[in-house]
Amino acid sequence: MRYKQKRLLKLIFIIAIVALAVFLYFNNSINLGLDLRGGSHIVLQAQPTEERSINNEVMSGIQQVIERRVNQLGLSEPVIQREGDDRIIVELPAVDNPNEAINTIGRTAVLTFRNPAGQVLLTGENVKDATADYDEYGRPVVSFQMTNEGAKQFENITRQYIGQKIGIYLDDELLTNPTVQSVISEKGLISGYESVEAAEKDAILIREGSLPVPVEVVQSRTVGPALGEISIRRSLIAGLVGLALVAVYMMFYYRFPGVLAAAVLIIYGVLLMGTLAGLQATLTLPGIAGLILSIGMAVDANIIIFERIKDERKSGKTLRASIDAGFKRAYKTIIDANVTTLITALILAYYTSGTVRGFAVTLGIGVLVSMFTAFFITRNVIDLFTHSNLLQSDAAFGAKRR
Amino acid sequence: MDILGKRRIWYTISIAVLAVGLLFLAINGLNFGIDFQGGTLLEFKFDQQITNQQVRNVLQDIEIAGDSKIQQSDTQGIQGVIIRTQKLSPEQTIEVEEALRNEYPSTEMLRSESVGAVIGQELRTKALLALLIASVAIVLYISVRFEFRFAIVSIITLLHDVLITLGIFAILGREVNTPFVAALLTIIGYSINDTIVIFDRIRENMKMMHKTSFKELANQAVIDTLPRSINTSLTTLITILAIYLFGGASIKVFMLALFIGMFAGTYSSIFVASPLLVTWTHRITNKK
Repeated sequence: MRYKQKRLLKLIFIIAIVALAVFLYFNNSINLGLDLRGGSHIVLQAQPTEERSINNEVMSGIQQVIERRVNQLGLSEPVIQREGDDRIIVELPAVDNPNEAINTIGRTAVLTFRNPAGQVLLTGENVKDATADYDEYGRPVVSFQMTNEGAKQFENITRQYIGQKIGIYLDDELLTNPTVQSVISEKGLISGYESVEAAEKDAILIREGSLPVPVEVVQSRTVGPALGEISIRRSLIAGLVGLALVAVYMMFYYRFPGVLAAAVLIIYGVLLMGTLAGLQATLTLPGIAGLILSIGMAVDANIIIFERIKDERKSGKTLRASIDAGFKRAYKTIIDANVTTLITALILAYYTSGTVRGFAVTLGIGVLVSMFTAFFITRNVIDLFTHSNLLQSDAAFGAKRR
Repeated sequence: MDILGKRRIWYTISIAVLAVGLLFLAINGLNFGIDFQGGTLLEFKFDQQITNQQVRNVLQDIEIAGDSKIQQSDTQGIQGVIIRTQKLSPEQTIEVEEALRNEYPSTEMLRSESVGAVIGQELRTKALLALLIASVAIVLYISVRFEFRFAIVSIITLLHDVLITLGIFAILGREVNTPFVAALLTIIGYSINDTIVIFDRIRENMKMMHKTSFKELANQAVIDTLPRSINTSLTTLITILAIYLFGGASIKVFMLALFIGMFAGTYSSIFVASPLLVTWTHRITNKK
């Protein structure tokens, strides 16, 4: 009775762990990386000019401009972040014309003041500041301030074009088209806004509409959605075929324990997906490779355990004693072997970026889950069948050979 | 079975393969992909077969990347081409795509990758750094868990595996890219893993078989772990082969490197690591 109770407990333990993994998987879906669902990964690098070197202020200026440009594309969940001293990373989900999007994002837009004929009178370099404000009648306006140099030029321009319209353009996009009402030198107002929010929007564009320095697209990776789909399907087939072949081999070589190992592998797969989902990991194509490789490690752990049990069996111990001793000795080997792989995965995750990191992270998680599976799941599954004839037979664990 | 007694044979085989590989490395060098060299890679797919020459004609017409390397994409079920060239600007990439679409309306862009030379250099440095640090960390770990000589022998063994993989890539002229570096690191992890399982058994035998000579107890350890070595590498190689055959084009380089490395790793853990340990013991430890 005591044995049966213990066995029931072990069964409940396994089912509970698997249920938890399934729960995690369905509650938090696994994110797919850009290479699987399609999208672009772009690295922009700021280029210092003669007038301006790269500093924190310049970089946040660039970042704001890029964010605005990306938002104009109207994509869901774009990512924009700084990297290092002079780089910005942009990640876009699948767009129809990725290369055009990259082109738009990376262009060095110039803010210009143009006369009605379209000729450029002044550039954004001369604008010192622009903010949203209210004029004396309480109407929303954009209040702007020129630099010293700009003030002189702007005075001449406004004198010449008084009563006419001067368009303010960002590249070729007309932001606002105010009429010159008086001669302006240092400070001016643009009126005609319906709300202070609309004024604020233009103020930002005038203030920060152009990139302070040019940026270069130093790296871009784009995967069309079609390829992503193909990759997922392929990897899935490859993984399943690999898994099935390994399972068949294990059953052939180790007999009934091999069947148990195959079952443990399936449980391992479920636990792994649950863990990845629980950690909200992003799965990339190399990440899938890392996963499939960690399946190899999981199989290896089982092989080490079985070989140890087989050795103990050959030395004449009873099945129970062999299993106890086999596991005890296998643990040490598995830990030493897996820790070195973990070290590699950690260093890889720390020192590289992008897709290789995705590989390292999933490999690391895979190895951890594989150790857990070997120590707790394999052990309990084997224990469940200790008294079964299937494990008692000499052919089990391949002990009869040689 | 006296595996360690025949260590001269195993050393000769390893040195021969290494020598040929290194010779090719010295003469041909490695075929660095755009990841490490900078450049642009474009992959397009069509609903009919388009030859390399047809693509080249289009490129030469627009005078962009006319001298690029063009290759049929070997992803099954897809008629595509891969174009490799010096780094193109986003505008030029758009021009290429449009020119191809004008000529062949079914053109669809599968992927485009563009890496600046500076980034390529950075990736190369980072990859080397990662390899170095990983090696040092592993030596430290093994020195603590085993002995210093075990650590040095494991490092020689993994260098052996990495160099063989690099050499064979130089012989085949296959492209070396970021996934290749990831593969090398995995090989290091696996090679160490394989070696440690045997070393673990030697360590155990050293405790239990006091009267046996080191060579004999090491030989026994190699033989006892042989079924595990064979089963593990077989199952791993089966998985890798499955991914190589069924996986997409972008994963193939990775899997090829892994296959070569794993094979070398299994060989070296049996025929290089333990023999070296015996040689070390005979030549250095026993002379003290």
